[in-house]
Amino acid sequence: MADTLNRVQRIIVDRLGVDASEVTPEAAVKDDLGADSLDVMDLILELEDEFSMEISDEQAEKINTVGDIVNYIESRS
Amino acid sequence: MAKRVVITGMGVLSPIGNDIPTFWNHLIQGQSGVGPVTQFDASDFSTRIAAEVKDFNPLDYMERKEARKMDRFVQFGVVASQMALKDAGLDIEREDPDRVGVYIGSGIGGLKTWEEQHKIYLKRGPNRVSPFFIPMMIANMAAGQVSISTGAKGPNSAAISACATGTHSIGDATEILRRGDADAMIAGGTEATITPMAFAGFCANKAMTTRNDEPEKASRPFDKERDGFVMGEGAGVLILETLEHAQARGANIIAEVAGYGMSGDAYHLTSPSPDGEGPARAMKRAVEDSGLELEQIGYINAHGTSTPLNEKYETMAIKSAFGEHAYRLAVSSTKSMMGHLLGASGGVEAIATALALKEGILPPTINYEHPDPDCDLDCVPNEARRTSVQAALSNSFGFGGHNATIVLKKYDGAD
Repeated sequence: MADTLNRVQRIIVDRLGVDASEVTPEAAVKDDLGADSLDVMDLILELEDEFSMEISDEQAEKINTVGDIVNYIESRS
Repeated sequence: MAKRVVITGMGVLSPIGNDIPTFWNHLIQGQSGVGPVTQFDASDFSTRIAAEVKDFNPLDYMERKEARKMDRFVQFGVVASQMALKDAGLDIEREDPDRVGVYIGSGIGGLKTWEEQHKIYLKRGPNRVSPFFIPMMIANMAAGQVSISTGAKGPNSAAISACATGTHSIGDATEILRRGDADAMIAGGTEATITPMAFAGFCANKAMTTRNDEPEKASRPFDKERDGFVMGEGAGVLILETLEHAQARGANIIAEVAGYGMSGDAYHLTSPSPDGEGPARAMKRAVEDSGLELEQIGYINAHGTSTPLNEKYETMAIKSAFGEHAYRLAVSSTKSMMGHLLGASGGVEAIATALALKEGILPPTINYEHPDPDCDLDCVPNEARRTSVQAALSNSFGFGGHNATIVLKKYDGAD
C-alpha cells in the first residue's frame, strides 16, 4: 500500500508540478491538485505504464482522489 | 483614417543570441550561429549542420508542468513574447485585455512532438498516444499559449505560410491595428524543426546546403558558391501598437510599420516564380501601401536564403520593383549568420531591420567571397555599415509561392 502510494505520488508530483506533501490520499486530483481533463488522461497513461495495467475509461471517470487511484491499483494487483 | 502602427518592444531567441543586445551585437559583428547538428544524430543525412538556439532551458522561464505541454516551437514563442512585453513595458493587467491581441505563426508547427508520438504509435499502438499530442503539435498553438500565459484576450490568430509566416503575421497584425480592432498586438513567428523528418524532407528536395565541413561558411547568400540554406530555429516577436496608444502610455518607440504587401506566385510548389515577378509585386504593393517613394527605401533585409535560385530571382525582383534605385539600395541577408528560421525568419528579420533603422547600422551579408553576375546589387558584404536609412523592407517568401514584404520606417518622433 505504502509502496503504491509512493509510486503514485511520484508520478503526480512529476506531471502536475505539485509538492509531494500535497499528494495525500484525500487530495482530489482535479479540485485540490489542479489537474484538468487532459492532465487526468495523461496521468492514466503514466499509471498504466508504471503498474503494467489497463485502466478503462469507465474506471478513469470514477477516480476522484489520490486514494481512489491507490485503491484501484491495489484491487487489481 | 487608418491608424499608424509602431514597434514598442522586441523579443528574440535565435542561433546568435537569446536576448536583443546579444542578437544585435552578433549581427553587426558578422558572427555565424551555424554548427554541427546536436539535437539528433544526423550522421546519415546529406546535411549535418544547423543554426541551433544554444543554452535554451525552458525551465528558466516557466514551470515544468507548463513546459512539458509545449513543443519547443511553442516554448520559443511564449518566451520571446514574454521578453517583448517586458521590453515594451506593456503590462496586460493594466490594459483592457480585450484590446491586446496575438498573431504568432509557425511554418511547420510541432514536428518534434509529431515524430515522438508517431514512434509511440508505431511501437505501442493508438492507445498510448499522449492527450497532449494534438495541442502540442498544431501550428497555431504558440498564439494560443501566448494568450493563455499573458492574458491577452484580443484578436488571436496565426499565419501559416511556410517561410513567409513571420512577415505575414506582422503584416496581418498591423492591419488589425490599423483598422482599430486592437490597441496592441503581440506578433511574430516561431519555429523549431531541427528534427530527423524535417532534415530528411529538406535533404530530399535538395534545398539545404551540404557544406558540412565548413558550418560557419555554409550560409552564403548572394555568393556564387551558395548551395542551399542552413536550417535555423528560434522565435522573433514584436509588440506592435497604434501610435496613439504608444504615445498615451509614454512607450519607447523603436520604429514604425509603414506598409505591408503580399502576393502569390501561382507557379510552383517550391521554386520561386521566374524573374521574381511574384516577390516584385509584393514589394511594390508594400511601398505603395506605406505612402513612401521608392527612393526613400534605403535598405532591404532580403529573404536571401542562400539557395541558388532564391537570390537570382530576388535580385531580379528588386530590380523590377525599384528600377535604377535598386543599385543605390543596400540589400543584405542576415540569414548568412543565423541561417533560415523558416516561419520565424520574418519575426527575427523584422527585429534586425528595426534595429538597423534605429541604430543606423546595416547588418552585413557574411561569407561573401565570389561575386555572382546574377546577384549584382550591394549586399553589404562581410562587414556591417554605419549609415542612416529612412525606411527599409523586410522580405519573406514561402514554399507554395507566398510572398510577403513589410516596410519599416525610422521613427524620429517629429510627427
